[in-house]
Amino acid sequence: MDTDDHDITVSVNGVRYQRRVESRLLLSDFLRHDLGLAGTHVGCEHGVCGACTVLLDGEPVRSCLMLAVQAEKREISTVESLAGKDSEFHPLQQAMHDHHGLQCGYCTPGILMTMAAFLEETRSPTEVEVREALSGNLCRCTGYQNIVDAVMSAANRMRG
Amino acid sequence: MSTRTFGEPIKRNEDRRLLTGQALFIDDVELPGMLHAAFLRSQVAHARILKIDVSRALQRPGVVAAYAADDLGDYWKPGPLLVPPPPIAGIVFNQRTQVPLARDKVRHVGEPLAIVIAESRYIAEDALDDIDIELDQLPAVVDLEKGLRAGSALVHDDLGSNVSAHVRQTKGNYAAAAAKADHILKRRFRYEHGISSPIETRGVVAQWDGRANQMTIWDTTQAPVFVRNGLAGILGLNERQVRVIAPFVGGGFGPKIMMFYPEEVLLPWVSMKLNRPIKWIEDRLEHFFATTHERGQIHDAEMALTRDGKILGVKDVFLHDGGAYDPYGLTVPINSQCTLLGPYVVPNYDSTFTQVFTNLTLVTPYRGAGRQHGVFVMERLLDLAAHELNIDRTEIRRRNLIPPGAFPYKQEIIYQDFQPLEYDSGNYEPVLDMALEAIGYQAFKAEQAAARLEGRHLGIGVACYVEGTGIGPYEGAKVHVQSNGKVSVATGIGTQGQGHFTSLAQIAADHLGVAVTDVDVVTGDTDQFYWGAGTFASRGAVVAGNAVNEASKVVRNKALKLASDLFECAEEDLVLEDGKVSIVGIPEKFVMLGDLARQANPMRGAVQPGTEPGLESTQYFGPRMGATANGVHAMIVELDPRTFDLKILKYVVVHDCGTVINPMILAGQIHGGVAQGIGNAFYEKLAFDDQGQLLNASLADYLLPTALEVPRVELGHTVTKSPINPMGTKGAGEAGAIPVGALFAQAIEDALDLKARGVELLEIPLSPSRLFELSRNAP
Amino acid sequence: MKPAPFKYIAATSLEHALALKAEYGDEAKFLAGGQSLMPAMNFRLAQPAILIDINRIDGLGTIRLHDGGGARVGALTRYRTLERDPGFAGMFPLIAEALPHIAHPQIRNRGTIGGNLSHADPASELPAIAVALGARFHIRAAKRQRWCDAADFFVGGLTTDLQPDEMLVEVELPSPEPRTGACFMEIARRRGDFAIVGIAVTITLGRLDDCAGVRLALCGVGETPIDASSAAGVLLGRALTEDAVRDVAACVQNMIDPSGSVHATADYQRHVAGVLTERALQTAYQRARDGH
Repeated sequence: MDTDDHDITVSVNGVRYQRRVESRLLLSDFLRHDLGLAGTHVGCEHGVCGACTVLLDGEPVRSCLMLAVQAEKREISTVESLAGKDSEFHPLQQAMHDHHGLQCGYCTPGILMTMAAFLEETRSPTEVEVREALSGNLCRCTGYQNIVDAVMSAANRMRG
Repeated sequence: MSTRTFGEPIKRNEDRRLLTGQALFIDDVELPGMLHAAFLRSQVAHARILKIDVSRALQRPGVVAAYAADDLGDYWKPGPLLVPPPPIAGIVFNQRTQVPLARDKVRHVGEPLAIVIAESRYIAEDALDDIDIELDQLPAVVDLEKGLRAGSALVHDDLGSNVSAHVRQTKGNYAAAAAKADHILKRRFRYEHGISSPIETRGVVAQWDGRANQMTIWDTTQAPVFVRNGLAGILGLNERQVRVIAPFVGGGFGPKIMMFYPEEVLLPWVSMKLNRPIKWIEDRLEHFFATTHERGQIHDAEMALTRDGKILGVKDVFLHDGGAYDPYGLTVPINSQCTLLGPYVVPNYDSTFTQVFTNLTLVTPYRGAGRQHGVFVMERLLDLAAHELNIDRTEIRRRNLIPPGAFPYKQEIIYQDFQPLEYDSGNYEPVLDMALEAIGYQAFKAEQAAARLEGRHLGIGVACYVEGTGIGPYEGAKVHVQSNGKVSVATGIGTQGQGHFTSLAQIAADHLGVAVTDVDVVTGDTDQFYWGAGTFASRGAVVAGNAVNEASKVVRNKALKLASDLFECAEEDLVLEDGKVSIVGIPEKFVMLGDLARQANPMRGAVQPGTEPGLESTQYFGPRMGATANGVHAMIVELDPRTFDLKILKYVVVHDCGTVINPMILAGQIHGGVAQGIGNAFYEKLAFDDQGQLLNASLADYLLPTALEVPRVELGHTVTKSPINPMGTKGAGEAGAIPVGALFAQAIEDALDLKARGVELLEIPLSPSRLFELSRNAP
Repeated sequence: MKPAPFKYIAATSLEHALALKAEYGDEAKFLAGGQSLMPAMNFRLAQPAILIDINRIDGLGTIRLHDGGGARVGALTRYRTLERDPGFAGMFPLIAEALPHIAHPQIRNRGTIGGNLSHADPASELPAIAVALGARFHIRAAKRQRWCDAADFFVGGLTTDLQPDEMLVEVELPSPEPRTGACFMEIARRRGDFAIVGIAVTITLGRLDDCAGVRLALCGVGETPIDASSAAGVLLGRALTEDAVRDVAACVQNMIDPSGSVHATADYQRHVAGVLTERALQTAYQRARDGH
């Protein structure tokens, strides 16, 4: 039985990749194992926990609910793209560090990508807005409070 | 530098790797030639196995191997008893432990029947459908009371009953106390805790290298040393041939310290058989069945009191759902039994429990580890007594608190560490006072009345608890100054987000006068540190921390002695800070710590017996008993009186865990514990049908609290040092999770005025629907 | 949890997609947002032999607001596009109010209105709203097309009127009447979860602030959305009163058929359906009077 393979060209963190993938390969697995970008984590594979969130053309999506073949000719951003060229923290990463917004760190990449996109769209969020934006990302360690503080602080800093 | 970091909110050393996606978690382990495993798991809770035939699976392209129980030969055996029954008179304990693959009988949904090894997880899952299974389904044991009745199906046929254990512990004479009581109340309570559901599930990667004769196992375990020892034994290898690495682990919470899970036992065996690395990553669906749970208890409890609310005694008979096997002994129900006593004087206590085998996943400790259940019973009894005796609910608690002069306070019954339960230290009343002040208890009655006039239903809850922490046996640490001046610390425990890379570094940094960022901590690698128990029961920072403390002191003394020989001066004239040793008052006369380390490892000359080369020390710390922390939670809620929707308006935790190493990390632990407690109290429920099928096995239907359900938590602290260890610390990992169920029941009753209407909340979890059902017939 | 193997075809045009569906029928499924289909496939609850990806079809995801009122929304329109379109939100406040209750932003970036309606989950909000608004669905096959009223489209739990070779391509929303107030309310365990009960209400006022028209539909309390507008008949021609609202609520409670779930008993669902009816009617009425 031959597998249903497709050639895809996808841009991830600004780098163009050409690969041949089986049609059923999930985008999350493609990023993590085919491209070795293991910063994106898998928590549930049914679209609830948000750990696998990446940016698709700048919008946060669940990579476990997309097929790698669907990323053909699209731009994906993962957590590996957040820090600057010389490893300088993105304001969100700095804020998460300053506010102890992570413990085990497993849900963190998904939260960073979700919040990075959120702050691009909503520059001066209220705490309620931050919590609503965060509600699609599950964290079992932190109780969210420090993450909320980190996002509010990063928003402040990013507004300049 | 010279700023002491101990006790400071030092930011974490481990953050960078985690924030940039560079930390190694189990599924990030990629090895050449690695194969992938998937398990065929039982879809029914109880059945005889008539046939398992893997031959068709082997035909599928990409499948390399498939095994059922019979293929394991002598390797197939029930797992070891991890925690033997405690030395309690009259105890009944029937040991039945889990097996690597089911044989003859399946005893819970999700029990593994076969393992398939393939080129990818995708193919391995495809091959599961190729396996021919014939099961003869049997009635499932799910209900605890029915499971104990004659004629019930038996989880373990040879046992003749479903009794896993029966334990009675007493203190004083409850019957005599009750005979003299002014007031007795009796109730039945049901408390269900849920599953840990960390965002990262479990996983194992086993790599047997036949040429090097070496087995390396990556495992999301909280107990790498025990796992190494046990697996070496099971595999017939020497301990030094096996290396267990617990990488970054995405949340542990207890079930990752269950050991010799079938997957842990099988993967190394398969790797040796095939001489290839094998990876298994638990998917979320598997996690609901394959990783241990906590579940429910039914308590028939009574309390005898004087008319002014002093507890004369408590009697409690309870059933505990242990699941299909009992490798973890009685840790959870013993915790329930002991923690029920709480911070109160209970002169007479008679507690009996029966641990029941059921056709459900095994029950082992999950954050709180049975303490929740005990605390719920005690706190509810006090609330009900307060109502019946017309005493304020915080006042009745105050009247029964163990006074500060009574420590160490002996509770007499046996605790999970097999020692008679003894509270090392505590000062409970100030904690209660702080919590009442912070929540605004005095002013609340008026606020509640004013809100009610506006049609808003507010309620307040206050709950007290103790937490047994920091138990033995021991942990160890090796502290070593490198020739570059940086310090390396290694210990045998694992880390699942508790910040050990920072808290342990702080301890070493202070003694050795270096920056916290110059201390590199290694945990969870059995090749880096040989001995230890693991991270559980709120003991990591306490026990390993004290070991780091001892080892750091020894290294500091070595450094000072070396420097004093070098400078030919007295040790008292030296100061160690900023990474160097200098003479007091003559700062230009100094030697860098790294240089001292090099000098301590001579290229020539002698090292005498009784000394060691290098600036290094390995020390162990084994407390003779645990240290008892305590706390009070207080909460104000608003209930929609028609939909029973609940909103938390204010949440306060006041906590005493002795000396605090890093208040920022401590706060994080409490926030996280409270979030899990809120999940336990009002959102998370395992819904089983009467045949042991889990009806909500997905995160869409097993409801973890989100950022919209967990409020801001206001924290307060008092510090009552523990006399048990030199640092005076007590553990805190579970504190946030323990009293939340009791708190919700009390606050909701208050908001909806339920007691006055004859409705009592005697169960957890609750939900809007459940509140509707419980209150619908009330006037 | 990895999906079973399938053959993947990225449709390049609507005609291409429809021709494939005609060829493969029930063996094939359309992949739109994937937010319902992919979880089912990852759980292996759905194992289509053919997956037809329709995400690259031009023109299937546009919103056209008509000058005279009303709109045509392409089936591939993402929830987020609807959220961000101020003109659309202004014209259809009922949908705008419901959107934040649908899952979470990441889901709404991908999920489509056509995918949601075709999936027909009994607890899903949009089908009930479509029924309340009197929406009509444009359905096409390779060689046919037809229109179907929302009321006739939802046939059973997860079952629609769609034939094996058909695709829902467009949703037509009629022009809202002037002086109409709308309210969407939902009870769910957490924000974004499927509704335990959801209700969509519109009230159109006459000259004297009497109820000239009332539409009322519920989700989560039957195999399909429940059109309970007839229960509100007692309100027509009069101003809203508390007694009348209570009567409607009691009537609605009798019309629905909740089945209960792990999250709520059927009696609870019935109870809160009554509570939501009262509250949504009152809110919609107030909004109509305030000119929203």
